[in-house]
Order: sequence, then C-alpha cells, then structure tokens
Amino acid sequence: MRVMAQMSMIMNLDKCIGCHTCSVTCKQVWTNRTGVEYAWFNNVETRPGIGYPREYENQEKWKGGWVRNKRGRLQLKAGGRLKKLSQIFNNPNLPQIDDYYEPWTYDYDMLTTAPAGTQSPVARPKSLLTGQNMDIKWSGNWDDNLGGSQETAALDPILATMSEHVKMEFEETFMFYLPRICEHCLNPACVAACPSGAMYKREEDGIVLVDEDGCRGWRMCVSACPYKKVYFNHKTGKAEKCTLCYPLIEQGKPTICSETCVGRLRYLGLMLYDADAVLAAASIENDQDLLDAQRACFLDPFDPAVIAAAKAEGMADDWIEAAQNSPIYKLISEYEIALPLHPEYRTMPMVWYIPPLSPVVDVVSNSGSDGEDARTLFAAIDKLRIPVEYLAGLFSAGDVVPVELSLRKLAAMRAYMRDINLGNEPDERIPNAVGMTGETITAMYRLLAIAKYEDRYVIPKAHVETARELEELGCSLDTDGGPGMGGPGAAGHSGPFGNTVGMPLGATVDNYNEMTGRSGTNSSSATAPTTPGRINLLNWNGGGVPEGMFPPVADAGSPA
Amino acid sequence: MTAWDFLLWVAFPYAATGVFVVGHLLRYRYDQFGWTSRSSQTYENRLLRWGSPMFHYGILMVIGGHIVGLFIPKEWLEFFGVTEHMYHLGATWLGSFAAALTVTGLAILIYRRRLTKRVLLVTTVMDKVMYVFLAGTIAFGTTATVLYQIFGGGYDYRGSISPWIRSLYSLQPDPALMSDVPFFFQLHVLTATTLFLLWPFTRLVHVFSAPLGYLVRPYVVYRSRDNPRGAGSRAPRRGWEKSERPVQRARR
Repeated sequence: MRVMAQMSMIMNLDKCIGCHTCSVTCKQVWTNRTGVEYAWFNNVETRPGIGYPREYENQEKWKGGWVRNKRGRLQLKAGGRLKKLSQIFNNPNLPQIDDYYEPWTYDYDMLTTAPAGTQSPVARPKSLLTGQNMDIKWSGNWDDNLGGSQETAALDPILATMSEHVKMEFEETFMFYLPRICEHCLNPACVAACPSGAMYKREEDGIVLVDEDGCRGWRMCVSACPYKKVYFNHKTGKAEKCTLCYPLIEQGKPTICSETCVGRLRYLGLMLYDADAVLAAASIENDQDLLDAQRACFLDPFDPAVIAAAKAEGMADDWIEAAQNSPIYKLISEYEIALPLHPEYRTMPMVWYIPPLSPVVDVVSNSGSDGEDARTLFAAIDKLRIPVEYLAGLFSAGDVVPVELSLRKLAAMRAYMRDINLGNEPDERIPNAVGMTGETITAMYRLLAIAKYEDRYVIPKAHVETARELEELGCSLDTDGGPGMGGPGAAGHSGPFGNTVGMPLGATVDNYNEMTGRSGTNSSSATAPTTPGRINLLNWNGGGVPEGMFPPVADAGSPA
Repeated sequence: MTAWDFLLWVAFPYAATGVFVVGHLLRYRYDQFGWTSRSSQTYENRLLRWGSPMFHYGILMVIGGHIVGLFIPKEWLEFFGVTEHMYHLGATWLGSFAAALTVTGLAILIYRRRLTKRVLLVTTVMDKVMYVFLAGTIAFGTTATVLYQIFGGGYDYRGSISPWIRSLYSLQPDPALMSDVPFFFQLHVLTATTLFLLWPFTRLVHVFSAPLGYLVRPYVVYRSRDNPRGAGSRAPRRGWEKSERPVQRARR
C-alpha cells in the first residue's frame, strides 16, 4: 500500500444555475492572454448538448483516454508509444481551433470614432486569429440552455447510446448544467501521452501540471485527454491546463472557480488513495465495474493501518486530519452520492459530481404531484428512464444503479428534511429506505444544503518547511505570454499581490503570505511608524486603519 | 588556394560550428520556455496533414544519407564490399526518393504558410529567414544531384567534399579539396553552413528535443513540490541566489 493524497473536487449539480461565474473568473485569472483566448480551463455545458470542444466525448473520433487491450493491459486509445512517436509530425487526433471556436473581439473603436452619419455605428466582430471581419458561427457555449439544440443535440454521444429516443422538443426535454474543469485524474492519459515528460502529477496533492519549460509543443496531451482539458497555447506553442489554482490551494484557500461559485456547489478536500492499486483498478475488464474499482482505491482516513502507512510515507498530521474531515470523503465514500464523470475513459478522474435530481423533480411538480414526497419521487426515479439513463451515460458508464441510488438518497433527503422544516414528526422510514439514518441524512443535508464555507473547503496548507523555503526567485510561468505573465512583481509592474520591491517572486504559498504580510495593516512591521508620530502610508493597502494614523481616542467620560 | 577559399571553406564553417554549439548551449540554458516546435496544427490541418510528415520523414532520410556519405570514409564501405558503383546507385535512387518526399513536403508547407492567413500572421521574421536558407539548401542540393548525378556522369563527392568535412573536424582543414567542386554543390554547402549558423536562433532547435526517452519512461510521471524541476521552480538567476552555507550549496 502506497498512500497518496489527492486534492479533489465535487460539484453538486442540483445547485448549478448555469451562471458561468466560475468560467469568467477562471478566465480572468488564467486565460486572458493571446494564445489561449479560446481556452476555458473551466466551462459550463448545458446537457444534453455537444459540449466544448464540440463532441469531445466522442472518443471514436478523438481517441482520448485509455483502452484495455486484448492482453488485458491498459493502453492509450490513440495507440502505443511507437505509434504516438510516429505521429509526432502531425497528430491525427488533434482538435482544430474551430472545434473549440475561432476567438474574436469587437471593433469597439468604431462606436466612438466613426464619423457622423445617418446610420448608427456598429462594432463588428473581428477574428483574433486573422484580424478580419468574421461571422460568428460557433463558440464555447453556443448551445447554452438548449439554444439551437434541435440541430446540434443529435451529436451528443450520450444520447446516441440511449435506448429510448429523446425528443428535443422544448416542452418535453430536460436539461441541466455540467461545469467542467480538469479532472486531475489518478491515471492521467495526458501525462502518459506527453513525449517530453513535461506533464506530471504532483506527489503531494495529485494536481496535474504542465512544466512550461519542459514542454516542447508535441500536442499529444491535448488529444490524449478524453475531457479535452489540456489546451494548446497557439502563441507560445506550449500546452496549458487547469492548475486547480495550486498557488491558492497551497495556502489552504479554494480555487477561483469554487470561491466565486454563487451556487456554492463546489467542494474541495483530500482523498487518500492507494497508488499501487490504481493501475489494476483502471485495467478492470468491464466498463461498468470501473466506478466500484475506483472507489476501492480510496483509503479510509480513520483506519489506523492507513494512518500509519500515511505517516510512514511522510504525510503530515494536519493532512491526515484534513483527509478525515474532507467533504469529498463524505460524499464519495460515506454517503456514496457523488459519481465520477465518464469512468469508462479509465483515467480515474478526481472531480466528481452529485447527479441532479431536478430533472426528476421538475417532471413530478409539473404533473401536479408533490415534488417533495418521498414515495412519489422514488417512483418517478424508477419510471423516468430518460434522465436517469442519460445521467448514467455521463457518470457510471451507462449503469443506472449507482445513479438511481444517488438520486434516491437526494430524494429521501428532500422528503425527510421537509418534515423537519414544517415541524412534523420526522419519518425514519424515509432514510431507512435508502440505507441511511435520520442522523446521517441530517448531516448530509448540512453539507449539501447549508454548505458552510468551512465545510465545503477543507484544504490543508502545503508544508513549506519541507519545501525549499523561499528559494523560488522567478517563476517559469512569468515569461512573456506565459500564464504568470505580469504576475507578482513582474519586471517592476504591480501584480495581484501589490507593488513589490526587488526580484519577481514565484506564485507560491510562501511568497503569497510574505507579500500579504508586507502590505496588510495587521502586520506591525508594514505600517508601523519608523519615526514616532509618523505613519508609512506607502505600505498601507487601504484596508483598516493603521496604527498611529490618528491620535488615540480619548477615554470615554474624560473631558474632550 | 586563394583567400576566398580559406574564408569560405575554413573560416566560415568553423565560425558556423562555433555559433551552432555555443548558441544551442546558451539558448538551452536561458530560453527553455522558447524551446518548442511552435506547431501551427490547430490553425490548419488539411495541408499540414500531408506536408508535415512528408517533409519530416523525407528530411530524416536525407540526414541519414548525408551521415553515410560525408562521415563514413569510402574505404570503410569498400572494406564491407560496397563498391563505388553500388554506392552511387543506392545514393542516387534512395536520395532521389528522399529528396522528392522532402521537396514536395516543403513545397506544401511553404504554400500553406504563405496562403493560410492564420498561419502567415504567426510567422516571425526569423521563420522567414530560416525558410529561405532551408529551402535554398534543399533546392541547391537537389539541383546538384539532378544535374551531376542523374543527368551528368556522376560526381564522386566522396573524393572531395567528404574528406574536406572530415578534414575540418580532424582540425587539419584542407580548403583545396573544395576548390574544384561543381558550383551547385558549393552553393549547397554554403547555404547549409549558413543554416547551421542560424539554427540555434530559429524554431529548428526542436530537432534536439526529439523525445526518444518516451519509449522507455513510465507512463505516469510524478514530481514533488520540493523537486527543483517542480512547478514554477526555475533555478535562481545568477546573482540572486539565497545566501547559504557552502555545505548546502554543495549538496544541491
């Protein structure tokens, strides 16, 4: 047993309203640069729909992820090592930029500089690739809210696998939102496909990253990722991907997408897993057994044997404690309501989802029945094959049982908690019907519905005392065009951490704390007067009132 | 032997070799981020799908042929029973095939680069300079082969050009060997030398990161935060190292 920790995310799809705040804030932080205008490390898709890039789930077309070969061994779907290398001059499975969309801007200048005339000036769309006028025909979110789905939804690979025909007529369809980031897989196909060995999984927290200095632009990772979450920066010629905001995670703070999620539907925490068991689990024969195989890789953080093994691996006590308090562990292993996205790709993804009950509730409510009654909901879950089969196509390789189980637990929670909220006697038969108790279902309700910040995000800080302390002067991401371009103190410019003096600092936990300490009012050294009676406003960040700015307030009662 | 001979066949090749070696070392040391093939496949693939593999496989064969022709002395091959006639036939036919592949591929690539707007706009000045010398080298080499080897009587460059190159790298340069070489071979050698001079400053550096290690490394790569090659951990710039005890410095 080799215990490793994985920083993982779970999204509660019932609460996603499709507002795209996560996508926008992520873009502002990570991909607002030339070369990755078209890239969305976080995107929100309407399902049923064809997603972004178009039809990315159709692995017969894109050859992403792994397959089990005839000898029972795992192999990249696009082929073995020699085949990959032979295709290095032209990757036949690489999506074109038009499969994402051609990035554009608008000719805003025209609105203010156009000469006076009879027509109102318009800002025409201009391609960011050619600079010419363009007709916008597709973008990352073209089928939002089923817009135009009558034409495009037929390309949704999940619909193609379903036994029943799904009508796309507006009145009869169903929909929900699926926010997606990099899955930070336990068995990442992108890492396995990188010819240069520049992609890696971090030992400490399992975050999958690209070493921008080592990347040589062979583009194999882009096509190998079945979720299409590695992007090719067409300006720098390097691969870029979701970093799980590791500079924030390292200081115990949630990612940008989680922090800004208005629905508060994202959970972050550790999962302990047995790294030695991953390969065997990912190589299991039947696609539908992959979910259970992956669950079996996870380790119980309360098991003394696991704790001892984790300590033997050098895991710190606060990390083990964080793993015990992890909302991820509760949702995946205790309540068993979270499910992985497309386990059949055999990458062992680590961003899981709580499937949405709302398509079922909507149908029940629209038919005039009680959408919060346990029996009605249970019956509806059994009867409404279409949403359940669709969800199974996404989250359990087509096996409806885990999806039904998860939905029944959500339905039971609704019904049980309604009685409590209305002051009725809680009906213990409802949780018992889904194998839970009133106590656990109340705890689950607190985690899902109340969803306190500190319950959603249990993120232990990275241990800097084990890292090379504050030695990181300069950051490989800071290069012109790189993701950290214009980062903290780049070439004397002001960065997100405020103006700095001296050398540019890397975006790491140690530096962040150092910088905030320097500019905050709570630090005595920052604004404390060097000369009595003076105050150094240059180091004041505008928050709070620095000591010494005003004369001390006279004691109450004493004459002014 | 004139001063020109000395300049062209001794000084220039040595200068180019020096720039080639030192340029690569410096670029590798200071510009890892810029060390990439800078693929434009995401912009356009219809032409690239044919042009790129044709060019690359062709040029690899061409390089192989040049190594055999230039660096393996005639006598060695004859020792193994490869006669001048056999060599000539092999080099001409295999070489012509490789050249056809390379030239067609390069023609497609240049056509694509010029006429696809998206690709043209990301082409740098250095790319264009490089294309001129790359295409020139290949064009003159092909012309020489067609003129002298296929339609001419066959020129034995293994008696002049090859010993000249070996004389350079054994540090006993003999420019006289190159004086009477046919014109297009001379031109080919000069453009190639210029290309080597430019090489470290172009995207051609990607040749030296051919990822052969991929064949033997484990599929999933793990790295630690502590690892100096971990995230964002470029080594400190010179003069900005943290002050530390000599013992620690030695250990790292």
